[in-house]
Amino acid sequence: MSTQLKNKLIFERSREGRRGFRVPDIDVPARKPEEMVDKKYLRVHETALPEVSEVDVIRHYTRLSQKNYCVDLGFYPLGSCTMKYNPKINEVTAGLAGFAGLHPLQPQKTTQGILELMYDLTERLCEVTGMSWGTLQPFAGAHGEFTGMKFFKSYFKKQGDTGRTKVLVPDGAHGTNPASAHISGFEVVEVKSNEKGMVSVEDLKQHLDENLAGIMLTNPNTLGLYEEDIAEIAELVHDAGGLLYYDGANLNAIMGKSRPGDMGFDVVHLNLHKTFSTPHGGGGPGSGAVMVNKKLEPFLPAPTVRKKGSEYYLDHDIPDTMGRISGFYGNIAVLVRAYTYILTMGNDGLKRASELAVLNANYLKEKLKGRYFLPYDRVCKHEFVLSAQKMKDAYGVNGTDVAKALLEFGIHAPTVYFPLIVHEAMMFEPTETESRESLDNFIEVMHEIADLAEKDPDKLHEMPTSTPVRRVDQVQAAKHPVLRWQPE
Amino acid sequence: MFPYLPHTDKEIKAMLSDIGVDSIDELFADIPAKIRFKGELNLPKGQSELEVYTRLKRLAENNRQGVSFLGAGNYDHIIPSTVGALMGRTEFYTSYTPYQPEISQGVLQAIFEFQTLMCELTSLQVSNASLYDGHTAASEACALAVNSTRKTDTILYSSTIHPYTKQVLETYFEDLNIKLVELPEKAGVLDTDSVKDQLGDNVAGLLVQSPNIYGNLEDYTGLSDLLHEHKSLLIVSSNPMALGAIKSQGEWGADIAIGDTQPFGLPAYYGGPSVGYIAATEKLLRKMPGRIVGQSVDEDGKRAFVLTMQAREQHIKRERATSNICSNQALAALGNTIYLATVGKEGLKELAEQNMQKAHYLAEKLKKEAGVEMAADQPFFNEFTLALPKKAADIAEAMEADGIFAGVALNQLDASKPENLLTVAVTEKRTVEEMDRYVQSMKGALK
Repeated sequence: MSTQLKNKLIFERSREGRRGFRVPDIDVPARKPEEMVDKKYLRVHETALPEVSEVDVIRHYTRLSQKNYCVDLGFYPLGSCTMKYNPKINEVTAGLAGFAGLHPLQPQKTTQGILELMYDLTERLCEVTGMSWGTLQPFAGAHGEFTGMKFFKSYFKKQGDTGRTKVLVPDGAHGTNPASAHISGFEVVEVKSNEKGMVSVEDLKQHLDENLAGIMLTNPNTLGLYEEDIAEIAELVHDAGGLLYYDGANLNAIMGKSRPGDMGFDVVHLNLHKTFSTPHGGGGPGSGAVMVNKKLEPFLPAPTVRKKGSEYYLDHDIPDTMGRISGFYGNIAVLVRAYTYILTMGNDGLKRASELAVLNANYLKEKLKGRYFLPYDRVCKHEFVLSAQKMKDAYGVNGTDVAKALLEFGIHAPTVYFPLIVHEAMMFEPTETESRESLDNFIEVMHEIADLAEKDPDKLHEMPTSTPVRRVDQVQAAKHPVLRWQPE
Repeated sequence: MFPYLPHTDKEIKAMLSDIGVDSIDELFADIPAKIRFKGELNLPKGQSELEVYTRLKRLAENNRQGVSFLGAGNYDHIIPSTVGALMGRTEFYTSYTPYQPEISQGVLQAIFEFQTLMCELTSLQVSNASLYDGHTAASEACALAVNSTRKTDTILYSSTIHPYTKQVLETYFEDLNIKLVELPEKAGVLDTDSVKDQLGDNVAGLLVQSPNIYGNLEDYTGLSDLLHEHKSLLIVSSNPMALGAIKSQGEWGADIAIGDTQPFGLPAYYGGPSVGYIAATEKLLRKMPGRIVGQSVDEDGKRAFVLTMQAREQHIKRERATSNICSNQALAALGNTIYLATVGKEGLKELAEQNMQKAHYLAEKLKKEAGVEMAADQPFFNEFTLALPKKAADIAEAMEADGIFAGVALNQLDASKPENLLTVAVTEKRTVEEMDRYVQSMKGALK
């Protein structure tokens, strides 16, 4: 097949008059739209939707899929993203017609099965995090963060404390943290990290005043390090009248080992699409379930799932609720997958998953630190951060070059240029589902890349060469935006 | 034994020795003893695939379905087989956000096609890669309006938008010093005469919905001109299935188009996942929320797609970002794309027309044979609201005994609405036999 045919857009395959779908014959009087409603309400311009056959559709998107890397093809050590294997039984259960066909507004006596699942899942997530109850509504991690910040707002409003406008965010935090605090109406203040890569308690103390609403933290932090002062931090923030928010992006390191509730957090968001194995879908749908302690339970978004006797129901009667945060009840199909995973793994499996995730990360770290600079050399949790700064200074090879070279070797790149506190950062998260051979192969490739950096850096600059496309001109894309196909 | 954990005991030992520790516990020694979790999580032990499947199947069977006339933002449409077959391709669903374009052209091109489709349907110039759902898309659209207009602090919205959208807006804007002002309705549609009185320099935009919560189509003739005179923006939310037949947002002169694409190939799934779509005029591009894919070239000059305009986003702008959206509903948006490619230009028109024809058939038959009245005499697409002589919830419950989900009692969405209003949705999937049964059942319930 010519490359031209291979690389077309679906619109470029369109042939006037071709159809890919047969609508059932109409069984009521076939009146024209203008006979039913006044013309002024009707569409004027035709759409340029494609006209293709079913075969065209299948081949087009099957070919597209083949231009995409994925977990099922190989190692995906993208830091902070927990790209673990997505079990197939999850897809089977999520596909059950008894779930998929449910309308969100049908009578609750006809949806007892899904409500039980939601209830049970909430209970289990509370156990893993050490919290009291929660909401499954948030559609994504960032949406969970927003919900978390709304708990802060609602709590202080109830206290009549309007002066608490400031949320602390560490300098190593995920970019969504400050953005979520900001769009929830808080002022964001950055807290510095110390020489160990952890939140500086000294710097934190500078910010503990009557304006403090609280702090957003992830633990282990974005360097993959467990915040050893977390108990003291929690005490200081609480004593100052503030609340603690736990960003659950990194929970995969500590299931059954350490619980945010026991660390002193008041509200926790989880990424079910990370820790609980639901697929990422190329950027969603995910689920950012949020768990809270007793103190914050009165402010849960409405509705929340509850149980009375043996009956499950959606409770809309929450007097101090923060309000509604989603149209309906969240990404339910994602919840079914996460629940399936929790049943499969059980308490022993979840704990083992965290143990092996940490084992894999430490193994990689030890095997790579001789060739790549490790700015914080200590035991890590589920991920660690290397720096390409020295390689850049010595050979002109930067973090992007290492990332692109990995693609050439058939491995996904790490997260690069994050966290911002490390120059030329490369963040690796192997997850527990990678075997030792997979890690050893990766180590070998990373060593080969380091060799190339010394001997033939130009070759690295050119990589990748065998991927569906080579390095893409991002500057042109941003300067001269072409964001849609245009009909000729 | 855990099928997703590949390590043998021997391998674990060897790896620990390479790390230079004696046990896995040593790797967790950095957790202070005081807050270390001792003992076991109070959860059952892991189970085999068969046991897990049996449990899930039992839960699935503990739900009941009926012939559905439920709508209010979530509809029972035909889903072509292509959608499931292609969404189920592991290369799509087990990939992450396409940060590395060289190995993500599949997802990137599909998003580019999605953006094109949304622009075509809405007759607007730019679309993003998707938002969470139609309700949160409304919040993002209003934030976009505030961020794109100077010195504004007020959003107007019609009382005829979905009550849940209203509630999501209230939560979203409550702490942001943005005023939300509700404009009244008249005979089931926005009272457009009320707009003028509220306009001023402080108004960022007006949010309206058509078809609205009653299913009625609204007439926005002259509305965008009026708003633009005051430098305010028009935001129109529409069921995208309707756009196959009714006037698009761009054709009304809207600046921002939003809605929920669940009707395009996504199962009802108790409300999620669906997709929020947002499209806007070119002028608003730099403030658009969420991911956007652009076309560019690779080093060999070959067409390639890439995430672009990232200077807007949270990972660059942090607290100065105008939205915190990063993950969206990519796979569901892929489903929409496959759906629209499959049904195609003529198919979408035909489906939209059938929705209208069937809804009109049922509405007329109900009026004639069951003697019920419409809540307002307005044009509609595939959904209409009845004003019943009894409580709508009671009628719906009675009809459920006949295996029919008769519609949504509107006071269940918004307690301030009269309790006799029942909103009925009729899609192309409903047969004439089912509709005739509906009429019989309604007659029985009204007795």
